[in-house]
Amino acid sequence: MQHNFELEKRRFVIGGLVLLIFLIYILRLFNLQIVDDKYKAMARNNAFLTKTIYPARGQIYDRNGNLLVYNQPAYDLVVTLREVKDLDTLDLCNTLGITREVFEDRMKEIKDPRRNRGYSSYTQQTFATQLSVEDYARLQERMYKYRGFEIRPRTIRQYMRTIAPHILGNIREVTPKEIQLDDYYQRSDYTGDLGVEKSYEKYLRGIKGKEILLRDAHGRIKGHYEDGKYDVVPKAGRNLTLSIDADLQAYAESLMVNKVGALVAIEPATGEILAMVSSPTFDPSMLVGRERGKHYKELLVDPYKPLLDRTISAAYPPGSTFKPTQGLIGLEDGAISPETLLPCRGGFVMGRFRMGCHDGIAQWTIVPAIAGSCNGYFGWCLVNILNNKKYKNIQEAFDAWKNYMVSMGYGYRLGIDLPGEIRGFIPNTAYYNKRLRTDDWSPISIISISIGQGEITATPLQIANLAATIANRGYFYTPHVIHAIQDTLIPDTFRIQRKTKISTRHYEWIVKGMRAAAVNGTVRRSGNLDPEGIVLCGKTGTAQNPHGKDHSVFMGFAPMDQPKIAVCCFVENGGFGATFGVPIGTLVIEKYLNGKISGRRKFAEESMLRSSTIQNTDYKKKK
Amino acid sequence: MNFLRSFDWLTLIVYVILVLTGWVTINAASYNFDGASIFDFGRPSGKQIVWFGLALFLIIVILCLDSRFYMTYAPLIYVGVMILLFVTIFIGTNINGSHSWIKIGTFSIQPAEFGKFSTALMLAYLFNGYNFKFTEPVNFVKACVIVLIPVMLIILQNETGSALVYFSLVLLFYRQGMSGIVLWAGFCFILIFVLGIKYSVEPLPEGVVLDPDESAPPSLKGQNLVLTIIPFLVAGMLAFFANNYGAAGLVALVAFFGFCIFGLLDHFVAWPFPFQYRWIGWIINFFTIGYCAFLYLLHKVRSYIIVGVFAVLFVGFLYTCDFAFSKLQPHQRGRIEVLLGMKEDLKGAGYNVNQAKIAIGSGGLLGKGYLEGTQTKLAYVPEQETDFIFCTVGEEQGFVGCVAVLLLYFILIARLISLAERQRTLFAQVYGYCVASIFAFHVIINVGMVIGLVPVIGIPLPFFSYGGSGLWSFTILLFIFLKLDATRIQKY
Repeated sequence: MQHNFELEKRRFVIGGLVLLIFLIYILRLFNLQIVDDKYKAMARNNAFLTKTIYPARGQIYDRNGNLLVYNQPAYDLVVTLREVKDLDTLDLCNTLGITREVFEDRMKEIKDPRRNRGYSSYTQQTFATQLSVEDYARLQERMYKYRGFEIRPRTIRQYMRTIAPHILGNIREVTPKEIQLDDYYQRSDYTGDLGVEKSYEKYLRGIKGKEILLRDAHGRIKGHYEDGKYDVVPKAGRNLTLSIDADLQAYAESLMVNKVGALVAIEPATGEILAMVSSPTFDPSMLVGRERGKHYKELLVDPYKPLLDRTISAAYPPGSTFKPTQGLIGLEDGAISPETLLPCRGGFVMGRFRMGCHDGIAQWTIVPAIAGSCNGYFGWCLVNILNNKKYKNIQEAFDAWKNYMVSMGYGYRLGIDLPGEIRGFIPNTAYYNKRLRTDDWSPISIISISIGQGEITATPLQIANLAATIANRGYFYTPHVIHAIQDTLIPDTFRIQRKTKISTRHYEWIVKGMRAAAVNGTVRRSGNLDPEGIVLCGKTGTAQNPHGKDHSVFMGFAPMDQPKIAVCCFVENGGFGATFGVPIGTLVIEKYLNGKISGRRKFAEESMLRSSTIQNTDYKKKK
Repeated sequence: MNFLRSFDWLTLIVYVILVLTGWVTINAASYNFDGASIFDFGRPSGKQIVWFGLALFLIIVILCLDSRFYMTYAPLIYVGVMILLFVTIFIGTNINGSHSWIKIGTFSIQPAEFGKFSTALMLAYLFNGYNFKFTEPVNFVKACVIVLIPVMLIILQNETGSALVYFSLVLLFYRQGMSGIVLWAGFCFILIFVLGIKYSVEPLPEGVVLDPDESAPPSLKGQNLVLTIIPFLVAGMLAFFANNYGAAGLVALVAFFGFCIFGLLDHFVAWPFPFQYRWIGWIINFFTIGYCAFLYLLHKVRSYIIVGVFAVLFVGFLYTCDFAFSKLQPHQRGRIEVLLGMKEDLKGAGYNVNQAKIAIGSGGLLGKGYLEGTQTKLAYVPEQETDFIFCTVGEEQGFVGCVAVLLLYFILIARLISLAERQRTLFAQVYGYCVASIFAFHVIINVGMVIGLVPVIGIPLPFFSYGGSGLWSFTILLFIFLKLDATRIQKY
């Protein structure tokens, strides 16, 4: 073999070429593996499927341990449009029991970014929500045929009884703003809306779990990453026990049928709410399931505003139920004494001013004044309070008055554990200075507040709380619907006694007055009979208002000593307090204390169940 | 004793390391988080042991046969294998349209793999002939025929990838005296093809994804760019092959100023008549070709006419490659379009390469550890035991592992080249270069494809990819050469 040195040099060209290409490859690998982080993230997205495991939401019980709200599985059909392939549309329609047109409309709706914000063909879009169990079973068998479709399980709330929608509340999907404010939430999560579902959301929702699954190229799950080392087990939400007595609640709701108004029953010793009715009411399960939106809209446009919780979100003139507070302030401030006689001349008459009264012309002490609900007495009582020599002037006296009212729970939110409470209104000096455009106003200018009219407003809850305060002779607990939370204590605020600024001994006179009202006073008017075996104390109210007929109010508690229940019943446009307020209020007390209605009161019960005041209201007209 | 001393142990050691790491990697690539044993004969890694056992038997046979056996029977072996390849076209089992596999019982072999060593032997036989001069055109044609016969047969089996391997033998031809202009021209053709095709459509705006059957609006940029470049490529040829630096400089200068002046004018001046940039391209290329013809007439040196012919071919190629490109099969066209970045098709043609890049890219510096790779385990990478096995190395052993494997291959190829150079017979030298070229081609194309630098061509990574035919073919190829090398001292 001959050597050709020219050609032998070419081995370096060949070797150099290979070396050059290898070096280019190494540079490329360096870029892929070390410089660029993109591929590491893509690998994670490829292989790991992080799945949220939703904890069971806490269940809700009444005070006797009866289940009120529980969870039921429901199934959504979701679709990832990018992955839909070779879909037999007709077959899917048949399985779902819909027509082709419905299918196409729905698809169009999903793809329309105006109607379905945040649409993306890469993410799951809800095609149908809360499939029936039959649909689910049929679909489940055939799922393999529908690529891109998936069944997503979730739970919905179910209600044992059709009571207390305002207290229980309901759940809905979170809004984008809520997601922003709370890291806990992700899109299409549920959160409580209204009632305890909202106020105890943090307890009810539990702690989400997490599974990191390995997913292969075909989308099949190949088990847990690192055998589940990084998985998190979900923690179920805590169960709530409410202070509500479901049977009493149902009974109170039945009495309030066809009336517009509110009823609140409180256990005075604890501040626990036994029943709380806002009428008209609705079935809480209306706000569950596929039809939620439709029903919600119906309730929203209903002229009688069933969604409004009239127990805490509506403020009314309290009428004569306000009078005990005036007596208490007068006694505490030394403006009157239990023996003080104040005149009623068919009303409160001062100079040319006259505020009418239905009671006889006489002079009263506090007990009969309350029993007969004398306007003249309490007009003079307020005059004495405001002209009290203790204070420099009327303004100072009025501010003192206001402070007494606030200590009794008026004028500010009581702080019940339900969303939407409003504060009512108790004016102060500054308000009147502005309103009357002078610093030099006299008791006459504001005399109507002495009988719970004028600017004064209060929620039915505040009135019921006053009844509880009188029952307790001077203190109350913040009213609340929670009785117990599983594995933890109820919030501190509900375990602290709140004292009024009025001494216990003064309350005895008021209690005596309210007892007298129940024995032979205003409570016994209109043919009302005494509930059998119950030492009832009560106070009626007939609140004038700009919406037509007077509101019928009753506030009372029983028994007189060691009271078990305090009630406020407020019937809009019901007329005299004795007409609707007293019978409904006392029936609820009797039902709670005796468990049944005595024979001689069956008539009143029957009458209340059948009567209607809704025709007297002006809601329809306003609309 | 003599044999053991003259045997090249270094190559053997590299071979053993490659086969063992390949075997271990096959186990990782087919592992499924189920704790299956590497020795499980139901799995690729278990079967690979069997193939390796049979390969050991082949090695012993190859080393025991006399060197003269190969030199004598090379034509017979070549003809035999060619007949086998021909027969395979008709009796081959149809796997995805390819007829390259013959089923014998439960086993399948791919005869195309054995075409490599037989062609190498035949070429060596041809070159070793008495008074053989490769520079004579008739001998060049003979060599080409020897190579093109298996290429044709394998293309007829619909295994285009395997057929391309034979073009690596151009390195051997270059070493044996073929003009370097051929390599340069090959490079130029690839450059013209890539630029001409890539810029024949408007570039896609960020984030726009085309459907597989959709194409971007056409553009003249590719044509203009290639017409601008060709004069400079021709200038390079004039300089290095015709050794006329003055002429080269003249062509380059004319082209540079021509394009600069007219390009700038075109950009900034509103022409009073319709003007297109490619017109000046045609004019300058016409000048270049005419200048080459003028030089030939002046000096009567053949290399000028060759340069001129190439210049014509370049321009002609520009206008035919669009046509040729449209004639490619859709999947092949798709691969090229994706590779050139003309299309992003992560679900279709781009899927394999994209997943391969994700797997390798996620490995980082040191990798995720043996049997810890998620992308390969979860079958995101297709063909991960065979053509895409390098992904497993990248994912589990990281950059360090990849570089180590590439280093091993470079040692092997460099060693083969240096062994080929020390041969005393042209037979052994030619055969050695064939082996080195074939290994280099396999490694470069396979790794390049996996890291997304070369179109997807389904050829295995030597000793790594799972499969008996491949392992045996590479083993036979290598050990015949080691036998020839070990007996280089013997006088015949």
